[in-house]
Amino acid sequence: MTTLFTSDHEWLRIEGDVATIGVTDYAQSQLGDVVFVELPKVGRSLKKAEAAAVVESVKAASDVYAPISGEVMEVNDALMAEPALVNSDAAGKAWFFKLKIADRSELGGLMDEAAYTKHTA
Amino acid sequence: MMLARDDQSSLQSPLKRTPLHALHGSSGGKMVPFAGYDMPVQFSTGVLTEHLHTRSSAGLFDVSHMGQIALHAKSGKVEDAALALERLVPQDILAVAPGRQRYAQFTNAAGGILDDLMVANFGSHLFLVVNAACKAEDEAHLRANLQDACVIEPLQNRALIALQGPKACSVLAELCADVAAMRFMDAGPRRVAGIECFVSRSGYTGEDGFEISVPAEQAETLAKALLGNSDVLPIGLGARDSLRLEAGLCLYGHDIDVTTTPVEGALEWSIQKSRRRGGARAGSFPGADKILAQLENGAPRRRVGLRPEGRAPVREGAPLFADSASSEQIGAVTSGGFGPSINAPVAMGYLPSSQAAPGGLVFAELRGGRLPLRVAATPFVPNTYKR
Repeated sequence: MTTLFTSDHEWLRIEGDVATIGVTDYAQSQLGDVVFVELPKVGRSLKKAEAAAVVESVKAASDVYAPISGEVMEVNDALMAEPALVNSDAAGKAWFFKLKIADRSELGGLMDEAAYTKHTA
Repeated sequence: MMLARDDQSSLQSPLKRTPLHALHGSSGGKMVPFAGYDMPVQFSTGVLTEHLHTRSSAGLFDVSHMGQIALHAKSGKVEDAALALERLVPQDILAVAPGRQRYAQFTNAAGGILDDLMVANFGSHLFLVVNAACKAEDEAHLRANLQDACVIEPLQNRALIALQGPKACSVLAELCADVAAMRFMDAGPRRVAGIECFVSRSGYTGEDGFEISVPAEQAETLAKALLGNSDVLPIGLGARDSLRLEAGLCLYGHDIDVTTTPVEGALEWSIQKSRRRGGARAGSFPGADKILAQLENGAPRRRVGLRPEGRAPVREGAPLFADSASSEQIGAVTSGGFGPSINAPVAMGYLPSSQAAPGGLVFAELRGGRLPLRVAATPFVPNTYKR
């Protein structure tokens, strides 16, 4: 299992040909209190960089982009019922959706944890 | 994900600082540019907690960016300043008794709103509080129109602190026993913690509370004295916005502006009979023809409260439609977000008057879909003013 990061504050946990995607703890700290999350439909085919989900804080709405291309296999329904999970456990319980990885070469452009830590420093 | 870019300061002229700027820094304030000032959007506890704390206890807001103006009649009689100001607003200012305050709007010749403001009668003169983004234009407007009768004195060396919430009175009474006897919209000079202040029992959260004008050099001392009470938390602009939205209060530049009249803005309650047709001092303010006609015959559109059905906030700018399919836009959302106290999204916007009755259903376009919103009475959260 590998965890990778995008420069715009999303994480991907890679297990076989499945990527679980969420937003980073840094992102949630910048967003503030999350009050609403909209997730993609299961079965939707996402292209890399396409708007896939929406996360809204009291202050503002932000898009969550597909960090890689793939088909949505599962979404985290718990997040719609309890959006505040994004603040309390961004890297764990608050995963957004799982993608079936369409093109493994797209993973090459992502950061490892050390690089991401540097990116947000 | 794309995080909102807060810091645009490098693109603009240097941001101004309020007398409480250093205190915000040491209190963990997250600073953003607002109306030319470097202001705290939130503190370490976050918008949600700040909002709920204000509704349950007491919150301290720095609103020093707002403009404070003294209006002295050249005759020395405050009544003459009131009559002069009535040339620019549709309100009855002469009837504002010494020690009282009233909500007003500066209107233009087309009946639009140039700014909204508070006017207090301090006995010897009037005291005005205007919006930060409009204060230079407001001062120029006063100078251009009232210089024959009034001396216009911008009070640049004062801070303005709002203390809001059910415990605001008990907290402030420890520093100034007199405030407990004040009623909603009472206003005047008071000695607070030994400092000469102007205190009004008012605010912009829907809660009981006070606004305290204090000399700049003593602002931090007073703020620290108030924050020293464990009932009080510092509150940023984020919660100020969600609190005023739940209270159904207009934000100038968003819910009302030069393109909206007071009647369209659902502010006719603020226009007293004496200034309406048949009143003792009817008309004789900019845009009176249009505004007085709208008071009698209604306006084509109206500001309404909106409750999105479901959980998704519908924000400023979202176009409104009569149904889920029609292509004809009938209005737009002017303020919208999440209301922490009612734990649901809330919004305000404009609709044709024929579709403005509470209970009606309209649709907002959001991310390519249509979302139903129920037209609702405001305030969304009952106000708790001490009348």
